[in-house]
Amino acid sequence: MANMHAIFEKNSIVLLIGILVLVAIGGLVQIVPLYYLDSTIEDVEGVRPYSPLELVGRNVYVREGCYTCHSQMIRPFRDEMERYGHYSLAVESKYDHPFQWGSKRTGPDLARVGGKYSDEWHAEHLINPRSVVPTSIMPGYPFLATAELDPRLIKEHLKTNAMLGVPYTEEMIENAEQDLLNQASADNGDDVVARYPKAVARDFDGNPDKVTEMDALIAYLQVLGTMVDFSIYKDEADFR
Amino acid sequence: MARPVQSKSLTIEEGAFAAFLVLLALICIFVTAKADDGVMGFHAAVGAIFAALGVYFIFRGYSGRTMNVAQEIDGRPNYQYGPIKFGILASVFWGVAGFLVGDILAWQLAYPALNFDLPWTNFGRLRPLHTSAVIFAFGGNVLLATSFYVVQRTCRTRILGNVAPWFVILGYNALIVIAGTGYLLGATHGKEYAEPEWYSDLWLTIVWVVYLIVYLGTLMKRKESHIYVANWFYLAFIVTIAMLHLGNNVSLPVTLFSSKSYIAWAGVRDAMTQWWYGHNAVGFFLTAGFLGLMYYFIPKRAGRPVYSYRLSIIHFWALIFLYIWTGPHHLHYTALPDWAQTLGMVFSVVLWMPSWGGMINGLMTLSGAWDKLRTDPVLRMLVVAVAFYGMSTFEGPMMSIKAVNSLSHYTDWTIGHVHSGALGWVGDISFGAIYCLVPWLWGRREMYSLKMVNWHFWLSTIGIVLYITAMWVSGIMQGLMWRAYTKLGFLEYSFIETVEAMHPFYVIRAIGGALFVIGGLIMAYNVWMTIARGEAAESEARPAAAAAE
Repeated sequence: MANMHAIFEKNSIVLLIGILVLVAIGGLVQIVPLYYLDSTIEDVEGVRPYSPLELVGRNVYVREGCYTCHSQMIRPFRDEMERYGHYSLAVESKYDHPFQWGSKRTGPDLARVGGKYSDEWHAEHLINPRSVVPTSIMPGYPFLATAELDPRLIKEHLKTNAMLGVPYTEEMIENAEQDLLNQASADNGDDVVARYPKAVARDFDGNPDKVTEMDALIAYLQVLGTMVDFSIYKDEADFR
Repeated sequence: MARPVQSKSLTIEEGAFAAFLVLLALICIFVTAKADDGVMGFHAAVGAIFAALGVYFIFRGYSGRTMNVAQEIDGRPNYQYGPIKFGILASVFWGVAGFLVGDILAWQLAYPALNFDLPWTNFGRLRPLHTSAVIFAFGGNVLLATSFYVVQRTCRTRILGNVAPWFVILGYNALIVIAGTGYLLGATHGKEYAEPEWYSDLWLTIVWVVYLIVYLGTLMKRKESHIYVANWFYLAFIVTIAMLHLGNNVSLPVTLFSSKSYIAWAGVRDAMTQWWYGHNAVGFFLTAGFLGLMYYFIPKRAGRPVYSYRLSIIHFWALIFLYIWTGPHHLHYTALPDWAQTLGMVFSVVLWMPSWGGMINGLMTLSGAWDKLRTDPVLRMLVVAVAFYGMSTFEGPMMSIKAVNSLSHYTDWTIGHVHSGALGWVGDISFGAIYCLVPWLWGRREMYSLKMVNWHFWLSTIGIVLYITAMWVSGIMQGLMWRAYTKLGFLEYSFIETVEAMHPFYVIRAIGGALFVIGGLIMAYNVWMTIARGEAAESEARPAAAAAE
């Protein structure tokens, strides 16, 4: 064996090629099939691209590192399904660039937090978590309530996502700026809801004067896990 | 004494790097002027300053030398130690900084008021700063510095290039500054251990390609017929990290002047790609790379040859082949297809064998020199590191079994597991290597104080034990509380009750972390005093080599 191995020890390029071949195999076998096996992502209706306000909220979620303490992935166990709801489907994060499944639950899972709490609760909780959950160890994010949204680049954000395969239509991109602002008011939101089914348009942060990062983040939290209608979803169809 | 004919000219290498950096500075100034957001403007300005400094150093180096750099002096290789010295000092600095941020995070989890409700100081932004500082800043500088040392010594030749090694080490540290400040300002990819934004990723790619060229080029001009085993591991680390970095970070910026980008992959595919990357950042950055250290510094310090040459061959090829498959064990019971989860579990369990083969090879190298453990605290540190390696590489496969993982996943048990590997294995093997290298590089007889090394050893060991035991208890307890039912069939605990139960263990963990930080500070002082006041070594004086640097 020692003699056979000499070729690697005496020739750095052969060693390099040997390494490259061996380390490439595992990744190719595990990643490539996910792109052509149809069973990878369930065929379920309801999942749509994020509205501009939800997308901006999602970017706030990513920016503040919420994924370091909150998962968005409910496992198919009795206790998790009773605590959080139906186990997560692959289809529910198919437009998530990047995915935010997380790896740690210092705080609870958020995959289906949408609709569980009121907007007021979220705003209070984000400003000072201990005002609503006295023993919470979450940091406070009062600065979100004063950070006004800048709509200038939102079209570019949608276009970038569209280039990566998220089905934003021309109409969605064209109206992105006004959709972003309108979804944060109860009066002008009809167009947004028409374009993004099941979206809710209202003043999320309780401050009608400004559209803030707090509006965006709460809009995102309120849509999490609500797109698939589980009253008509059949598990058996997607057993893999 | 008459010297041979002296010649001095601006080398192609110096000219090319200078031209590249001038171009980079101009691009950065342009981007600063057009930046779409404050973070991009700030980072482009920092980039312009760094690039300009690089040009300045190249020309200062040129005007400061009297002749072209010699490959050999009096028949001995003229090793280049400058970039290695920088890397060692940087690793000590980033290490202490990274440990400190980690301990602040630990206290934040025990006392949330310490988040101060500010964007720049909250847990979510500091956590990537901590992980990047310890893995990539501390660990990365240790790997760059030791790989440059080991490849030169085991090939008995000067490293390839004069500017290029400096470019690698300084460029890498520039990346750390850009990435770290980015996290605090909110620029992140949002993927664990791959948080740096698109422009940082591009810069790392350039630095890494130069690193590969320097490393491979040095191997190619070696004066030894065989490539020593430590270099196999370093080469696997360099090549595989390049592959993982490129695969995981494909992203599209919102505009060319924006710090925000979107990852090309989405959902389940992104999850698989992320943990293919993430677990192999552990496998190749924190394992293969540091096994390179093990195979050089333990035999060297113990004065014994590596235990088994055959075992090292099996260890190497089995380890690099198997590691790549293990990523899905981070995604057990998720929406990742079952076939992928099963593959991840099986390969993780099989990986136990080559891992322990490597551990045995490291430990048994002490055959005939075990007595040195009593007298040499540096060797003790290196050996205890390998013991922690053995422990973590047993715990890891166990946790990747789906039944165990259903309990351990999402809990502190994972955090404890990571830290027994990171503090125990990576930390101790790095400290041992630093304690070996500082006297060798600066021509000192020994470290300034072996007593302080001993203190560092015990403080960090006790700190690690406090840390991992606290996390075992809190992790397993929380996992059990989440799934506990009352007699009537209701969930027994609300989520917040399981958070409250963690408090005492978070305090114990933070105290353990503080001990580890204090150990790091003692090391920094000891390194400083060794360089400033250490006793000169008698035999290995290299005045000529030193002057050429």
